[in-house]
Amino acid sequence: MPDAPKSNSESLKKLYHDMLLIRRFEERAGQLYGMGLIGGFCHLYIGQEAVVVGLMAAATSEDQQITAYRDHGHMLAQGVDPKAVMAELTGRSTGLSRGKGGSMHMFSSEKKFYGGHGIVGAQVPIGTGLAFANKYRGSKAVTLTYFGDGAANQGQVYESFNMAELWKLPVVYVIENNQYAMGTSVARSSAVADFSRRGLSFNIPGLQVDGMDVEAVQKAGAEAMEHCRSGKGPIILEMQTYRYRGHSMSDPAKYRTREEVSEMREKRDPIEHFGKKLIERGVVSEQDLKAIDTEVKAQIVAAAEFASESPEPGLEELYTDIYA
Amino acid sequence: MSTEILMPALSPTMEEGKLSKWLVKEGDTVKSGDILAEIETDKATMEFEAVDEGRIGRILVPEGTEGVKVNSPIATLLADGESADAAPGKKAEAAKPAAPVAPQEPPGEDHKAVADKGLETLAPKKIDVGADPQIPEGTEFVNQTVREALRDAMAEEMRRDELVFLMGEEVAQYQGAYKVSQGLLEEFGDRRVIDTPITEHGFTGLGIGAAFDGLKPIVEFMTWNFAMQAMDQIINSAAKTRYMSGGQMSCPIVFRGPNGAAARVAAQHSQDYSAWYASVPGVKVIAPYFAADAKGLLKAAIRDPNPVIFLENEIVYGRSFPVPKLDDFVLPIGKARVVRPGKDATIVAYSITVGQALEAAEKLAEEGIDAEIIDLRSLRPLDMDTVLESVKKTNRIVTVEQAWPVCSIGSEISARVALEAFDWLDAPPTKVSGKDVPMPYAANLEKLALPTVDDIIAAVKAVSYRE
Repeated sequence: MPDAPKSNSESLKKLYHDMLLIRRFEERAGQLYGMGLIGGFCHLYIGQEAVVVGLMAAATSEDQQITAYRDHGHMLAQGVDPKAVMAELTGRSTGLSRGKGGSMHMFSSEKKFYGGHGIVGAQVPIGTGLAFANKYRGSKAVTLTYFGDGAANQGQVYESFNMAELWKLPVVYVIENNQYAMGTSVARSSAVADFSRRGLSFNIPGLQVDGMDVEAVQKAGAEAMEHCRSGKGPIILEMQTYRYRGHSMSDPAKYRTREEVSEMREKRDPIEHFGKKLIERGVVSEQDLKAIDTEVKAQIVAAAEFASESPEPGLEELYTDIYA
Repeated sequence: MSTEILMPALSPTMEEGKLSKWLVKEGDTVKSGDILAEIETDKATMEFEAVDEGRIGRILVPEGTEGVKVNSPIATLLADGESADAAPGKKAEAAKPAAPVAPQEPPGEDHKAVADKGLETLAPKKIDVGADPQIPEGTEFVNQTVREALRDAMAEEMRRDELVFLMGEEVAQYQGAYKVSQGLLEEFGDRRVIDTPITEHGFTGLGIGAAFDGLKPIVEFMTWNFAMQAMDQIINSAAKTRYMSGGQMSCPIVFRGPNGAAARVAAQHSQDYSAWYASVPGVKVIAPYFAADAKGLLKAAIRDPNPVIFLENEIVYGRSFPVPKLDDFVLPIGKARVVRPGKDATIVAYSITVGQALEAAEKLAEEGIDAEIIDLRSLRPLDMDTVLESVKKTNRIVTVEQAWPVCSIGSEISARVALEAFDWLDAPPTKVSGKDVPMPYAANLEKLALPTVDDIIAAVKAVSYRE
């Protein structure tokens, strides 16, 4: 990849580390779900790690993020403490929302993460509004508004596109095309499968990006954010990615073959391939990657322990945070 | 030490399942993400993946076994160099085995003790919303239409706070579909007075996003009928996010516009949404009648850090009332007002029906019935203290609203009065409301569908056992 962004070995290692952190976190979340410690709906990000890690590497600390309910990875990539995320999954007082949001509804105003939204597509106008506020204030911040190939067919998305272009709002629409809207494939749900073109009738440019290649994502993200910061308005990034697990924990994923998933894992896994690439390029040794693995594992074990042992919220929390 | 692989719960309700197939055998090396087995739940067959790496030691539950309890050991996993005979020791790391589905009681409070005490003891103390501000003696009152009062409220708040802006359909260049925003574009410019496309769902969500970021949007709906397009954003995004974020997020936004029946616009354009919004925790709901209340409460709504639903009335826009000439007239949200004191019966009204109630009271007075009229002004929080105090004096209550009768504001007040002031009642709480039909277009039928002054008079006489 000759035109990859120039990064020193530390930042490349960080990309690998962050992706692995999400992967291991999600695997552990799946296990805790299996043990009954996490309830309700739980949507894992396994397979899609390069998208959010690549984009965060291109963003500044001023930039904002908002997404739907497959949100654990977004928070981890933004530097939110895995303990606080895991403890929210288990519904404990030490969770990000003190146990009142759960897997799908988490926020970190400190890290400029605006949720964590449970209704398909609802985060798109909200993210557009965050960008509106940035423009209103004259701030240089850009809003990364993530949604999936399923949400891309929602009406409110196009209402948002229209206003974003009309008012030249600094928003990057990141369409995480993981090929399936719950159990419905793109081919079965979308008249036009090239999501990068979904903004054409509004004059919003779009790019298709290999969402399994963290460096390609970072590069596209940097370009897109520059587009926004220079006052040109919104831009769409279609991230072509794949989720290995079902839509949520209770989805047996019978709408695709096991071979399809295995092939994706073998040929395009974002973490394994990036690791190999780093070794080939002489950036890291196998030992280095092992060391990262060990460190991440310890962090996740600690997060899971914290999340299992923290107390549930006090019963008085039932009535708090309804009004300011 | 080997770890145990436990039977997983694979859906929110699963308690046991069938281990239909092993995809690994004893001695196989596995890494995280490898599929270990297929497990059949009551709903589907699911794949079960390894989380830890290691070598499969013993398979404890053979394939084909039914009724395997969640969290029971199904195999052992060995670390490097361990033999399968090693005694199974540590359970799967990181998580203590939990009771099926419902995890073990985590450290916390004694739930039963609290239940015994009653949940009400946990509820926050009722907040004293305070009284209306004293209007200094000698204050000049000017007659203003409700329309002008609303406009002035917005203009004053926009002058006061740079973060306040107005958006909606036709609010800027057209000067407002009902001319409520007249002159605002000229004063504040198109950065702060923004015409939107006709896309309620989108611009409502956009306003909420701007509020999450600390701006204070006023979102005008041309009428509240069109806000149904945006209902998900108002309820799911604006009302619930503070709670779901454990108090991290704030949504200081005002949604306003005309609500209820106008004239001859038929079913889709004539609906009163008061009860819908008043039932939602997380929003405040205001429905004023008088110009001074419209002004003082809209200013309060714009300053409030919570999402506020502000229900106006198209027919009332043009009515004139005295408004105190004060630099900063702000009223408390959640406070009703006794607009006509009386001793014989309580009439509770809000929005346009306050005018009807006043008219009815004049006629009732001629017949010797002295009615007390309460203008609710706010529907959430609902000022039951003022209502109950009045009922304890008059022993009779009639609620008046234009909305449908089922699950209405009147229903709520009647129920609360019956629960909290039963012993003071000399007659059943009685409701006057719109009829339980979509609004008809024909003039005669429309008239029939809406409550009238005569209906109120009849109801008050009925609870007074007159005629």
